[in-house]
Formats: sequence, C-alpha cells, structure tokens
Amino acid sequence: MHNKTVSELKKDLKNKKISSVELTNHFVDRIKSIDSQLNSFISLTEEYAIAQAKKIDLEISKGKIRPLAGIPLAQKDIFCTKGLRTTCGSKMLENFISPYDATVVEKLNDAGMVIIGKTNMDEFAMGSSNETSYFGDVKNPWNTEYVPGGSSGGSAASVAARLIPCSTGTDTGGSIRQPASLTGVCGIKPTYGRVSRYGMIAFASSLDQAGVFTRTAEDCAILLTHISGYDPKDSTSSRKNVPDYEKECKQKFTSMTIGIPVEFLEDLDDTVKEVFEENIKVLEKNGCKFKKISLKSSKLGVSAYQVVAPAECSSNLSRFDGVRFGHRANNAKNIDDLYKKSRSEGFGQEVKRRILIGTYALSAGYYDAYYLKAQKIRQVISNEFAAAFKEVDLILGPTAPDCAFKIGEKVNDPIAMYLSDVFTVSTNLAGLPAMSLPMGFKNSLPLGLQIIGNHFDEAKILSLAHHYQQITDWHTKKPKVSGD
Amino acid sequence: MNKETIIKISDLAKIDIKDDQIDDILTSLEKILNLVDEMNSVDTDSVTPMSHPLNLKQELRKDIVEASNERELFQKNNKHTDNGYYIVPKIID
Repeated sequence: MHNKTVSELKKDLKNKKISSVELTNHFVDRIKSIDSQLNSFISLTEEYAIAQAKKIDLEISKGKIRPLAGIPLAQKDIFCTKGLRTTCGSKMLENFISPYDATVVEKLNDAGMVIIGKTNMDEFAMGSSNETSYFGDVKNPWNTEYVPGGSSGGSAASVAARLIPCSTGTDTGGSIRQPASLTGVCGIKPTYGRVSRYGMIAFASSLDQAGVFTRTAEDCAILLTHISGYDPKDSTSSRKNVPDYEKECKQKFTSMTIGIPVEFLEDLDDTVKEVFEENIKVLEKNGCKFKKISLKSSKLGVSAYQVVAPAECSSNLSRFDGVRFGHRANNAKNIDDLYKKSRSEGFGQEVKRRILIGTYALSAGYYDAYYLKAQKIRQVISNEFAAAFKEVDLILGPTAPDCAFKIGEKVNDPIAMYLSDVFTVSTNLAGLPAMSLPMGFKNSLPLGLQIIGNHFDEAKILSLAHHYQQITDWHTKKPKVSGD
Repeated sequence: MNKETIIKISDLAKIDIKDDQIDDILTSLEKILNLVDEMNSVDTDSVTPMSHPLNLKQELRKDIVEASNERELFQKNNKHTDNGYYIVPKIID
C-alpha cells in the first residue's frame, strides 16, 4: 500500500478498494515503527488524522468525492495548522499552537487530504542538512549516517522511506530541491507567486516559495494544481490562471530544446558529471535537443543570497520578541532584557548567525554595499536567465554538486554548507520554477536532476520530468529502511 | 568588522552574546562577508536593483473590513495576558 503513488491511491479510494481510515492507520503504523531510525517527523497527528479520515470515508460512502479524498499527507512544520503544534523546527515555537491554517494547508484539506503529521526541518528553514533543527537531526533513509539535505529534510526523507506518499515543503535557496536530490524523490519549487505564502512562517519573503515532495512527476503535478492560485491574503501571489498540471504533463511529449549551463559542469564531481551526461544521452535519444548556454553570474548567486536571505530574515524574525507568542524567558529585568533573553534562549546558533549578518548588512552605512549590491546582482542573474530562455525551453543541470554528506561533516563550516546550494539559489533569486528528480546514484546515495523553467512554465518542467520517468526507472528505487 | 561591531549589531538585533563567543562569531561572520564580497567582481553601476522577481507592482486591496481581529483566540498561546493585554516587565518607573 505504501509503495503506491498518489495517483494510484486516488483510484483505490474512489473505487472503495481501501478506506481512508485504513490508509491512515497503515501510514501511522509505518511512521511509528520506522521513523525512530530517521526522525523525519516532529509531530504525529494521529487523532486529528483519524477524525479527518472518518469524515472523508463518510463523504465517499455518500458519493461526495473530493479531488484528493482520503490521501495521507505530511505538512512541513513551517506551515501553520489550526489547532496543531507548529514549531518551525525551533525552541522558539516549541509549544506554539497555530490559531489558523496556512492557505496551502486549507487548500489541501479542502481537497480531502489527511494530515498525518508535521515534518522535521532546519530551524526556521535555515540550513541545508537538517542539522539545525531543535528537534534533532533527520537521517537520510539511504544511509542513516548521512544527512537528508535541508531545510525540508523531514518532508523528503519521509517520502523516500515510504512513510507518507507525499509532503509539502518550502524552498528559499534550494530547500525543496536539494533534499529531494539527496534522498531520491521528486520535489518542485514553483514560480515565485504561484503558491500563496500565507501562514507559511516567513524566512526571506522575496525568495520563499511553497512546493511539494512526491515520488513521481505525475504526483507533483496533481498536488501542484491544488496548492497553486491567487490568494487575497498574500499580495505577492499571482492572479495567473492555474492549469491542470496533471493533464498537461501527461500530454504527448513534444520535442524540446534544453540548455545546459557550462558553468554548472565546471569543477563538478566526476561521478555526478558522468551520471548527468549519461542522462543527457538518454534524453537525446528520446526527443530532446541540447544546447550549451552560459549563466556566468549564477556562481555569484550564493554571495547575493547570503545578503538577501539574512537581511530579510533579520527583519522577519524580529517578531519573535517573547511578548505575544513563542518562547518567553523567565526573570527578565526589563523589556529590553525580555527581548534579548527570549531571543537568545529561543533561537539556535545558525538562526542567530543569519540574524546578525542580516542586521549588519542593513545597518546604517552598509545598505548600499550589501543589500543594494545584492539586489543588482539578482537583476543581472535574472537577465541572464531571461536571455537563455529566448533560446531554450528548459535548463537542465545537477541539483546539487554532490550526493549526501555525512552528518557532522559540514556543520562547523557554514561556507561549505552554503555552497551545497550553488545550483539552486539562482532560481530563487530570479523567481523561477525548478524541480529535482532522481537521476542515478553515487556510492549508493541518490543524485538529483534539476529542471529549471521560465516563469510560470511549471507545466513544461513537469512534462519533461514525466517523460523522463516513462523512459527511466530511478524514481522506483527505494531505500532498504522502507522494507518491502 | 571587529569586536565592537559584533557587540553593536547584537544589541541592534536584540541577541545576547557572551564574551567568550564573540571571537567565534566574528570569525564566521568574516568568512561569510568574504564570500559576499565576491559580488564586487561584477560591475553593476548601470544595473537597476531588482524590486520584485516578476517585476510586478505591489497590489493593494480595497479598504473594506473583512476578517475581524480574533484577540482571544490569538492570545490563547500566551499565559502572560490580562483582559486582552500582554503583561511585560515594567517599562515606566
């Protein structure tokens, strides 16, 4: 049952081959028996899930079938879920019960999905290895001595281990695509504005975007259709019509011209390069034309990101002051002491580091040298992508420079950690959609293929991804920990 | 960047840093700033800074009251409240 895709489960539920309660119990049992090895969940919402599943089963018996009726889902613990604990991986929100639902949560609930739990993540989504979570490291299902990537590490690991058929994630600099790559699942980050950010705890508002993890491109398409769309509660959400991505991605594949940025292959690890080039050959035989392109400023993406993201985080996280919600320190002498003690006790080391860098970049006298310069670099990167998309339909490259690294290996070297996002940050800076899907292995650890599209070209990305999965079987491989 | 800068920005950010942590923080922030300085390899004098990834303008909604403030619900997360107010240490002597 746990090896079935969302698309298959949809049919089984509709045809009453299985009930939502049975399905919920099955996945809850799996999480209880397997997740002690992975730590991919912060909260299991069993009671809530069973109540939701019973409601859905009753509806199905009466012939009312919502589009995703009864399908189990895990929400990244960055999404506010009404009446449920929402921690954002931080001590700051350890006991925070959200008074409302994020729009993504509301939409998936309305579609009939059943929330089984909230997944582990880097604290406030700041990290690329899931080692900054207050609730402990998440382990990579392919080898538990390795990281699953981050920040949506729990969402990725749980899907890879078949603890859940799909999950939500957020991506500010690669936080969906990099863990998808490192755990061998599919993860899509849509165009900035495609999905509402309302109720998604903010890290860097001009870069953050919600997306999903699944095992197939088709499933990504199904879920993306349901979370996309304009939301009056998020003024940056787009009014563009939402296509039926499932239908679009399954249409007959037409030939595409695909750009390969030469910069992505320079200094690339030999095995990653070999695997990537092997995949180009496969696609070449199956209707794709390839063209070398140049994105010469993309390498500056990490530098610009390290200004924009911390600057926006220092502003966004100023709301955590110990007064209205979140951790409050005891025995504060005065109001300033209350702010400082609450923040110092509530935030972990990486979050503090980013707040400090951001505060510095925005402080008097430094704005032009850092934030303004970074916003100019963003424009340069964006212009290069725009020029490339005049010549090609999509851009292809590896998602991450290497396979998963060992837990602890980079935790004391922030620069090495930040560079693991070298191929993913530029798309966030330019607001572009991109997806990672499994393309092979290195040392028995998965590698991801990244497809980048022009603004609102999610359907094109998903079409290529679906086509790729019809001619390859990397997405069907599963880690030992998932059992039969 | 020096120790004084760290003390100043940590005060601005309302984050307490212990004296024995300053050196470590200074080293890691300097490393990050070195990475950031790579931006200077590109001349951007004639570039207009990005204001929105899709070049969209900020949308404004009509000034109509839609949702009301659910104070009691929001304050359920906090035991330091009284009659709709938040209790904080004394501010004015």
